[in-house]
Amino acid sequence: MALEIQPLHQFTIERLIPLHIGRLDISYTNSALFMTIAVVLITALMLLGTRRAALVPGRWQSVAEMMYEFVADMVDTNAGHGARDFFPFVFTLFLFILFSNLLGLIPYSFTVTSHIIVTFALAAAVFIGVTIVGIVKHGWHFLRLFVPEGVPFILLFLLVPIELLSYFIRPFTLSIRLFANMLAGHTMLAIFGGFAAGVGFLAFFPLAINIALVGLELLVALLQAYVFAILTCLYLSDALHLH
Amino acid sequence: MVRAVPAISVGMSGIALPDMSESGPPDPLARLGERLDRARARRDGQPAAEPGNSADLQRGVGLGFRTGIEFVVAIIVAIGLGWAIDRAAGTRPWGMIVLFFLGVGAGMLSVYRAVAGIRMPVGSRPLDKLDSGRKAKDAWDDEA
Repeated sequence: MALEIQPLHQFTIERLIPLHIGRLDISYTNSALFMTIAVVLITALMLLGTRRAALVPGRWQSVAEMMYEFVADMVDTNAGHGARDFFPFVFTLFLFILFSNLLGLIPYSFTVTSHIIVTFALAAAVFIGVTIVGIVKHGWHFLRLFVPEGVPFILLFLLVPIELLSYFIRPFTLSIRLFANMLAGHTMLAIFGGFAAGVGFLAFFPLAINIALVGLELLVALLQAYVFAILTCLYLSDALHLH
Repeated sequence: MVRAVPAISVGMSGIALPDMSESGPPDPLARLGERLDRARARRDGQPAAEPGNSADLQRGVGLGFRTGIEFVVAIIVAIGLGWAIDRAAGTRPWGMIVLFFLGVGAGMLSVYRAVAGIRMPVGSRPLDKLDSGRKAKDAWDDEA
């Protein structure tokens, strides 16, 4: 009985519609497909939720309003005043990651956020955006962010590189956190799913574990979207208010 | 959720005990009041078990997820950067060594920051030496 478990097979990128511009491969892949689905679902949810806005919200309006308020509250609490301008960005980011994560939990679907290139692109957008915001708002003063106050001059030679390093590490931690969580969770699900295949009635045990794991993954999916958004808010707060 | 548990357990024991035989059926409302008082007293007696509000909980969970990866990634990225510098400048192995230690420093710093105060940005500054922008923000934070 050959148990063939390929837990990483689910992350394969497949070209659905091959497209090439010169030597550039811009094929429409399954990853792109699920990004499209996420965007369409988010748009549909928001349009449905705001189409017939009533004082007493209906179901769709409730969901849309809850999400709006959740993110608005997050931006207000964590990024401080003056951060409301960036609410649309954080809201979009949060919903995109949330929907990608949740869509990935559907069997036979594809988890966009389990690819580091996707999460890194998102994190890099946040990083570059936040840096630009800081420079635009504070000019050269922005560099003060890297100089700890109340430190002996000599120590600055050590501390400024550390501060710089810890600033430039942000996009990596941001992207790796999301990617690693999704990758690990889905691999684990696939492994236990693989155990269940071809072991007869014993399949009950791996399946029971899988049920628990799906619950855990649901939590992780929500939590990671939340963490990504909240860290974006904190970085924005740094750039907006310096210290 | 956590708060409700002691109240329920007290209620259960109250039902299980044969109170009825002592002095006829007492007023059920009075008994309920007694039990509530006991439950409240018990709850107040252990303030440590008091759950924070959901925002605090969310922040705590987020914090936990943040610190773990932060430390490791800081070191890995620093080593990678050192390796790249060495490759470009031909200074092997010094760039990697120096940046490894800097990476450890940066990792510890970010973990410390995440634990000591989640809003402490890059470059820690004592709270009383803040410029006007941050002051307004803090006041605003306090009322939230």
